[in-house]
Amino acid sequence: MSDVFAQRWRPAPFLPVSDTRDGALVFVVATLCFLACLTALGVLATDRAARGWSDQLHSQATVIVRPRISETPDLAAARAAETLAGVTGVNEARALEKEKAEALVAPWLGDLKDLSDLPVPRLVAVDLDPKHPAKLQALEAALKSQGIDGVVDDHSVWTKDIARAAGLFRWVGVGVFVLITVAAGAVVTFATRAGLLARHEVVEVLHLAGAENMYIARLFQARFAQLAAWAGMTGAVGAAAVGAILRLTGGGGGITPALPIAWMDLLAVAPCPLAAALVAAVAARLTAEAIIGEMT
Amino acid sequence: MARRIDPLSEADPVLSFEDVSLRYGRNPETLRDLNFSLASGSFHFITGASGAGKSSLLKLIYMAARPNKGFIRLFGHDVTTVSSKDLPMLRRRIGVVFQDFRLLEHLSAFDNAALPLRITGRKPDTYRQDVAELLAWVGLRDRMGALPPTLAGGEKQRLAIARAVVGRPEILLADEPTGNVDPQMSLRILRLFAELNRLGTTVLIATHDQALVARSGRPRLHLQDGLLSYLAAEPAA
Repeated sequence: MSDVFAQRWRPAPFLPVSDTRDGALVFVVATLCFLACLTALGVLATDRAARGWSDQLHSQATVIVRPRISETPDLAAARAAETLAGVTGVNEARALEKEKAEALVAPWLGDLKDLSDLPVPRLVAVDLDPKHPAKLQALEAALKSQGIDGVVDDHSVWTKDIARAAGLFRWVGVGVFVLITVAAGAVVTFATRAGLLARHEVVEVLHLAGAENMYIARLFQARFAQLAAWAGMTGAVGAAAVGAILRLTGGGGGITPALPIAWMDLLAVAPCPLAAALVAAVAARLTAEAIIGEMT
Repeated sequence: MARRIDPLSEADPVLSFEDVSLRYGRNPETLRDLNFSLASGSFHFITGASGAGKSSLLKLIYMAARPNKGFIRLFGHDVTTVSSKDLPMLRRRIGVVFQDFRLLEHLSAFDNAALPLRITGRKPDTYRQDVAELLAWVGLRDRMGALPPTLAGGEKQRLAIARAVVGRPEILLADEPTGNVDPQMSLRILRLFAELNRLGTTVLIATHDQALVARSGRPRLHLQDGLLSYLAAEPAA
């Protein structure tokens, strides 16, 4: 029997496989990973939304047409639309009907019955070629050449604001991500310290038997990296599940058409277990080396 | 005043103490001005009443404590100034049987016994058979897979001894190694130590088992009031 045992014997881990404190640590790290993954998904969705809005605004322009004394507003708008449709880089130009123009100013003027006395300008909506859109100057030049008094708005004011907002959100996301990483590192540091103190007898016996500091530190490093990887996977799967639910319940647009999550975005949580293991390994290694150094 | 002793006047001792004193905190000195040296391959007992400082003396040798005064030379190194980087290699040359065993309770008897070999990075297949034979020799053939909490006091003691000697240390230190075993097992353990000593291991055993000392016919270092005296070997009983 003893020979059989000896032949089958495989070295057991020096640190106990399970510890009552592990559950709490896994829960905290998993929660942090869950929040980090949700942040990543949020940043990706915002980025996509911002790009969508910008593309939409870049591919459109609006022209405010002021009629000459000799022509009606409708005629001026129709002439402007015809002129702009011929410019290279314009797919389509159409004059908005009087009702639509009045509807656009209604929020500012209230529900007035008759706006005919007011000089409500006529608008021309211009759809630009998304790949090679016509420049603002080209549109203005075309109008001027036909003697049309119009102001071209290429939405550049809005696109700049959107880009600025998206950039800000991206940096906020990065900041939250860094905070969560530091918090995870701190949690693992505390856990390593507690683990080392709780396993003081293991450390001492290994030490007195001639184990090197690095050898002992590696035991704790491997243990906490393993726990963090497991926690990271749990958090990542949880965040991916939330992302999938939002994608499904929001239809093709994700949460809302304004903040769309794509299926591909869910892959962003994949590196989480590895990242969590890496942070935990570094924190545990540094802590263990420092504490073992104090012991010797 | 400390008595200066030189039990074995070897030119190149494996261990030497020079005016070594040890105190814990602000307490009176536990050990005072110890001077002695041990030749390679010697066999000594440390005797003394409970609290005389036997365990403290062993602690100084296996570098779990540092002296407040004096110099300790071990294998030619001054252990009072040795760097933490060099400590592991020195410790691997020492086998220690602790009074409280210090077995790792979540590991099997086999794992505990194999520990000193494993930390050197050796492959299990290179020492599997040696560990099994040693455990069989100390009477734990059928307890290899047992966890320490399930072992009796004497079995723990024998396992601690197996762990201390498995790496064929150059110095074997044992703190009350026969404290929990019957006289028959005491003799067996003594024979194991004698066999290791015959193979060249320097042996130093702290004990208050006068019968064991008398039976061994080995010299002893006696501690009293923190001072050390050398008592020559008496004929074996």
